[in-house]
Amino acid sequence: MAYRHASRLILILCLGLSLALGVTLTSAVMAQDKPRYGGELVFAVPAEPPSFDGHRENTFAVIHPISPHYSLLLRVDPEDPNKIIGDLAESWTVSKDGLTYTFKIRKGVKFHDGSLLTAKDIKATYDKIIFPPAGVASERKGAYAAVEAVEAPDDQTVRFRLKWPSAAMLSNLASPWNYIYKAEILAKDPHWYEKNIMGTGPFTFVEYARGSHWVGKKNPDYWDKGRPYLDGYRALFIRDTGARVNAVRGERAFIEFRSFNPARRDDLVKALGPRITVQESAWDCALWFTPNHERKPFDDPRVRRALTLALDRWEGSKVLSKITIVKEVGGVIVPGTPFATPEAELVKLAGYWKDPEASRKEARRLLREAGVPDGFSFTFLNRAIPEPYEPLGIWLLDQWRKVGLNVTQKTLETGPFYQDLRGGTFDVSIDFQCGFIVEPDLDIYKFQSGPTTADPKGVSDANYGRYKDPVLDELYVKQSRAVDSEERKKYIRQFEKRLLDEQAHQFITLWWHRIIPHLSKVKGWKVTPSHYLNQQLDTVWLSE
Amino acid sequence: MRKYILRRLLLMIPTLLGVAVIIFLLVRVVPGDIVEMRYAGQGAFVTKDLLEKERARLGLDKPLWRQFLEWMWGILRFDFGSSMWTGAPITHEIAIRFQLSLQLALMATTVAVLLAIPLGTLAALRQDTWVDYVVRVFSIAGLAVPSFWLGILMILTFLLFFGWLPPMVFTPLWKNPWENLSQLIWPALAVGYRYSAVSTRMTRSAMLEVLREDYIRTARAKGLVEKLILTRHALKNAMLPVFTVIGLEFAFLLGGLVVTEQVFNLNGLGLLFVESVSRRDYTLVQALVLLVAFVYVFVNFFVDLLYAWVDPRIRYQ
Repeated sequence: MAYRHASRLILILCLGLSLALGVTLTSAVMAQDKPRYGGELVFAVPAEPPSFDGHRENTFAVIHPISPHYSLLLRVDPEDPNKIIGDLAESWTVSKDGLTYTFKIRKGVKFHDGSLLTAKDIKATYDKIIFPPAGVASERKGAYAAVEAVEAPDDQTVRFRLKWPSAAMLSNLASPWNYIYKAEILAKDPHWYEKNIMGTGPFTFVEYARGSHWVGKKNPDYWDKGRPYLDGYRALFIRDTGARVNAVRGERAFIEFRSFNPARRDDLVKALGPRITVQESAWDCALWFTPNHERKPFDDPRVRRALTLALDRWEGSKVLSKITIVKEVGGVIVPGTPFATPEAELVKLAGYWKDPEASRKEARRLLREAGVPDGFSFTFLNRAIPEPYEPLGIWLLDQWRKVGLNVTQKTLETGPFYQDLRGGTFDVSIDFQCGFIVEPDLDIYKFQSGPTTADPKGVSDANYGRYKDPVLDELYVKQSRAVDSEERKKYIRQFEKRLLDEQAHQFITLWWHRIIPHLSKVKGWKVTPSHYLNQQLDTVWLSE
Repeated sequence: MRKYILRRLLLMIPTLLGVAVIIFLLVRVVPGDIVEMRYAGQGAFVTKDLLEKERARLGLDKPLWRQFLEWMWGILRFDFGSSMWTGAPITHEIAIRFQLSLQLALMATTVAVLLAIPLGTLAALRQDTWVDYVVRVFSIAGLAVPSFWLGILMILTFLLFFGWLPPMVFTPLWKNPWENLSQLIWPALAVGYRYSAVSTRMTRSAMLEVLREDYIRTARAKGLVEKLILTRHALKNAMLPVFTVIGLEFAFLLGGLVVTEQVFNLNGLGLLFVESVSRRDYTLVQALVLLVAFVYVFVNFFVDLLYAWVDPRIRYQ
């Protein structure tokens, strides 16, 4: 009897203990997932901002330390890079004809000096971006060619009137560069923001020690109550890649938001084990090569086509992704994103065939047909940047050698490189682009050949290949104005086929691949296909 | 002597003017300009119109002679202008880095002097003994090992064995001496070691030469204490070439530690120099070259004056 009583007691005790342990573990797990307040996020930035004005600059060195001070009208969802959500805009409507976008602005949003934000501030900001006064540089003004006027009919309403429908309008309004500035300041001095900070973002400005660090602290009046979670952040400017890796390894910095290469990632994982977490993503940056259409024999589409047919991109991806920051095989749109061409269709394009031998055989045939002799020599212009230009350049040279082309590489640093590129003094050159958001208008505008109906002044300044293709330009305009996404996809596919295959004007090599190893204690930050996105840091928290 | 000092000071003007003309022309000979670097370099699409506007804003559309005269006129008023890259005043850009570079140069010089003079003297006194051999191996190794490589080794050792890394951000000495020293002592040791290697060999050879002089033999014959012979008669005279080396190295350290600054993430003048050249920040490059030229000219002048103080035979007329 006593034995039975004791057994029951032990059983109850065990059950109780298990229950208690379960509850403790569950609450521990829940506590880990629940954002924790406090702490200072320390991150490394490889370069310094030339000025503080996002509207005029185009380097991530501005975005990383400065974005946490500002709000945008719209933003890309930190959880889903394909989704656009309101930032200062509480809601918005688009007229049926696609020519009017009306935004309702949040009430009670305060600038860091305590003044209230109104629609006038947003109008003044966008007027500066789209219609900059004389002497004020606006880097992305061209992206807003469709905008006729920005209006602020009352304090909480902003209206954009368009000249023609633009499928990219919302994406452009979610640009991470479009910091909302204070109208009163802009009216006094449109250059003020080049050297000063005054926003409505989650963090206020504390200090900038040039060449050393940038510090921000929590904005207690941030409009999104409960955020940010961090007490502040500190951006350390560390130019040398080795030093940045060491900074993460020595836990002097918790994260670097641009990217490390695969070898650095592996070193960190090996050294820090579970203390490091790695996030990876396709990257909205691509290297492509451009034959100079004004130079023989590259004026012949057969020769240009042979250049792309010589490449085995699928094998190249496997090999190069082990040593540098390229990986994804894709067409003109970032692979894996809504407008990207699926692999089944991609493999039909020249240079994307799965059978490299057949592809190279065809390349040789085309070269013969065009009268290009075996062992034909030309110079490939490349940039003197180790990653990923140098390995990719070597890979290209090797691929072209396989179809009997004898290519010499000429590497130049940025200044002389662009002088050659713009001057047209090259045979075939590397070129590249990094987008801030996966949006066809922005990702493919550089491929247009010249003045378009959409933009009479044209975009030919970026057409380093020096080709003329009105059909291609018209396809660009059609996709840009297509409000229905399926219709837009159709035009993008046609554009892609014409550019990469039929006319073989320019060619994507491989898309970049973003690798972010960070200390596991950094939570609430998700990698996106752009190193310009998700940098307001309002969702980030530290678990320890 | 006063006349000599005045003459040397006046001679600095044409020297620096010559440097100014050469650097002004040289930076403009290099292809590419700051506007290209700033906009196109990041892969964004920029119109020719925007590039031209920027060039005009920075005054790069003016004729070269006019740009030069404007720069010279600014210098005469001690106005070096603003950095074309950041827009900040050049004096500010340099001032915030000068403090770190100066402290590092002083610390490395101290390390070098503390190592070089005793070791060089000892090696000379114990010529061809094991002491001499050890000092020679030590100094030759210092010459052979680049200081940035030694820096990398130091950092890796700290990381692998102690899981520690020197601070990545500069803290002024008066704000937090411990933080300041824990960052700068390592590059100072790495640079100071290489620096000491040159000076050690110079001290050794100069001492060997002096110790064979007649006046040293005479001093010994007179029965002077060896310590006195060494410090007052030998070392003092042997120091002349050592001062020259130390002076030149010190001037070099102020702006020449590019890779070491990179390895330790130091916000110094060396890195600023390289960055400004690669960005074609003409105004900043010109000011930095002038600064370094001035430091060299001034240090040389100072060393020449030191000669006269150390060696009574030297009198400048």
